[in-house]
Amino acid sequence: MNFDLIKDKFGAGITDVTIAHDEITVTARRDILIPLLRFLKEGEEFAFNFLTDLCGVDYLPASPRFQVVYHLYSLKHKHRLRVKVALEESDPEVDSCISLWAGADWQERECFDLFGIIFRGHPNLQRILLPSDFAGHPLRKDFPLEGIQEQ
Amino acid sequence: MSERTMKINLGPHHPSTHGVLRVVLELEGETVVDAHPDIGFLHRGIEKLAEHRTYHQFIVLSDRLDYLAAMSNNLAYVTTIEKLMEIDIPRRARYIRVILAELQRIASHLFWLGTHAHDLGAMTPLFYMLREREAVMDIFESLTGSRLTPSFMRIGGLAADIDGDFIGAVKAFTDTFAERVDDYETLLTANPIWKSRTKGVGVLDADACINLGVTGPMLRSAGNDWDIRKSHPYSSYEEFHFEIPTGKDGDVYDRYLVRIGEMRESAKIIRQVVDGLPAGPWLAKDARTAFPEKKELNTNIAALIQHFGLIMEGFKVPPGEVYHSIESPRGELGFYIVSDGGARPLRLRVRPPSFVNLQGLVRMIRGKLLSDAVAVIGAIDIVLAEVDR
Repeated sequence: MNFDLIKDKFGAGITDVTIAHDEITVTARRDILIPLLRFLKEGEEFAFNFLTDLCGVDYLPASPRFQVVYHLYSLKHKHRLRVKVALEESDPEVDSCISLWAGADWQERECFDLFGIIFRGHPNLQRILLPSDFAGHPLRKDFPLEGIQEQ
Repeated sequence: MSERTMKINLGPHHPSTHGVLRVVLELEGETVVDAHPDIGFLHRGIEKLAEHRTYHQFIVLSDRLDYLAAMSNNLAYVTTIEKLMEIDIPRRARYIRVILAELQRIASHLFWLGTHAHDLGAMTPLFYMLREREAVMDIFESLTGSRLTPSFMRIGGLAADIDGDFIGAVKAFTDTFAERVDDYETLLTANPIWKSRTKGVGVLDADACINLGVTGPMLRSAGNDWDIRKSHPYSSYEEFHFEIPTGKDGDVYDRYLVRIGEMRESAKIIRQVVDGLPAGPWLAKDARTAFPEKKELNTNIAALIQHFGLIMEGFKVPPGEVYHSIESPRGELGFYIVSDGGARPLRLRVRPPSFVNLQGLVRMIRGKLLSDAVAVIGAIDIVLAEVDR
């Protein structure tokens, strides 16, 4: 994969590129996330037509606190890429990528349900695994493993 | 919702939903106008629990993700940790893992086919398929002591070596299995009722599958031959010869044919592994993760301390993040693990094939008959414990 193409196009929008365990991770600024994903999906070099997984990570007490992690796969080139975007605790919002992959629908809902991350532009951003009247987001680090009473 | 339509619940307690899946169907007569799947009844917070367990303790939880394919979950989980810790696995352990994973694929597909055929009114196949599945369960039980939740794989290898009885039982099973699959096919493949219930039903073409992230037999039934065992071989799969069965229509009938073909190929793989099984250790002697041998605990204080430390505190995993996936019976089963250098994962994410594949349900049943919905739910091959985690 030729990363100069990405860096040329997005410049300072790409904050980090790392390679570890034969896996490539690109960290991007939030404002260029959707153009970046679109470029990765539609660019011939990359052809990441497959959204394998989308999930959140809570790095409390670090700042920025949250990350949303996208695992992409290309059926054409048989390669993988991880794209990450960091989000502040005070503003845990990111644009939805549902227009690129319909499969992002439930995965974004799950991330919202368990982390409280808002996906702007998602048509039906509701809880999916937990009941709709549940309070809190259990995969956040400040949510206790035990001790919350059943409603 | 208009005056002409009515809403009904399919599930959560209905045999044809294969677990606690609830689908709110909007019907006009017998035609499904719209459908809203409702999941989460079996949510146990396994990803949250994982952050409070040591890396060894999670092996037990991984069994409980997809209880029809526990060996596959074990394999996906331990290979992810091994990738993060860069542990080399002895060849014998890799081979035995392939035997177990392929036996599990056969058992899972057999159970799927039996119950799926049962949903569609064919009572007979279930008994034959459960008979062979029981043979696999017996093999697992004799090796691991457990039928559904073996927890047999360890980080670095296996919990124990296999014995001669195991190889004999596996050989006896694979010797007759191809004939058994022929028998199943005489019951279903050319059966006109079976064909009328499945052909052209629940079509999802390859582009729609890719757009939705659908993997496994559903993707292959639509004509795409992507299989992780071929494209990114793990655990020595590159050393064995096997075909990837594909369909072309992407309907319920093709999914049936693909899974039948996969069972035949799995039996061939197992046979090759058994014939080429190398001698040697079955657990990597990596001091960070491997338990000392039991007989050493009585005489060797260092071994006792190491054993105690591994149980009480676990082992530390170097900081980093890693994603690894395998081809489970249902599709791409992946683990994404973030370590902060401690003995417990900072984040453990399961990429569940059932959850992602189930998203295709609404597309496949909208505008179709209610009875088709039952066929489609069955053909996705979901396990709700994995959907809800």
